[in-house]
Amino acid sequence: MIYVNAFIFCGIVCLIGQLILDNTKLTPGHITTMFVIIGAFLDSFNIYDKFVLWAGGGALVPITSFGHLLIHGAMDTVNTFGVMGLFMGMFDLTSSGIVAAIIFSFFFSLFFQPRD
Amino acid sequence: MEINKYNVLVKKHTPKENILLNGLISFIVGGFMGVLGEVLVELYAYFLHIPTKEASTFMIITLVFFGCFFTALGFFDNLVKFARCGLIVPITGFAHAMMSAALEYKREGFVTGLGSNMFKLAGSVILFGVVSAYAFGLLRIIIMGG
Repeated sequence: MIYVNAFIFCGIVCLIGQLILDNTKLTPGHITTMFVIIGAFLDSFNIYDKFVLWAGGGALVPITSFGHLLIHGAMDTVNTFGVMGLFMGMFDLTSSGIVAAIIFSFFFSLFFQPRD
Repeated sequence: MEINKYNVLVKKHTPKENILLNGLISFIVGGFMGVLGEVLVELYAYFLHIPTKEASTFMIITLVFFGCFFTALGFFDNLVKFARCGLIVPITGFAHAMMSAALEYKREGFVTGLGSNMFKLAGSVILFGVVSAYAFGLLRIIIMGG
């Protein structure tokens, strides 16, 4: 059942993105940025956690989970260190995605040539 | 040529985008990406005996790896052209943006090309993610006390 939920959730997020892309003049960059902000917004009031419970990995695949993980990491340190924690833990959970993207992009760019 | 005729001609020759079909394709491709994510999480949790939280981190790294690898091999661009948001909105789109910027600018040198342009496309995601997370975090501290 969770696979169906994952399919529906991730599919609908992508569908919304596609509808915005087709009906407005916004670029894919605008859409991913918007989705990160929406993810952060939904998680600040614990709504995104419910999606993660409902759709499992399906809710972690779209870029909205990036915003969700940013605020999740920040809130973990806020609980221990107060307002200063906002500066400390923000990348705690997202570091894996960013570091992976940096490392793989760098090493692949050494070995591969751009296609024209 | 009159401006009306010109407009009609432009409209005739602009390729029509089938919004319904595009939406359907991105829904299906995006849905399968979600299922793939869930399957990977369960596989990692089962075979490596790790909690779901760590398994989902592994899943994100795997998807980023394949996003970068397929972009470097060259055929991910065609897939993105076909599936659009079905591949841009999942985390693979982030990897794709970074990898294509890295490939494109590396001929301009390591520091001035690769180093300063790698985040050209993906940087706005990180910048606005952090800024909005900071703002919403402050809001949450004020409203709910952390």
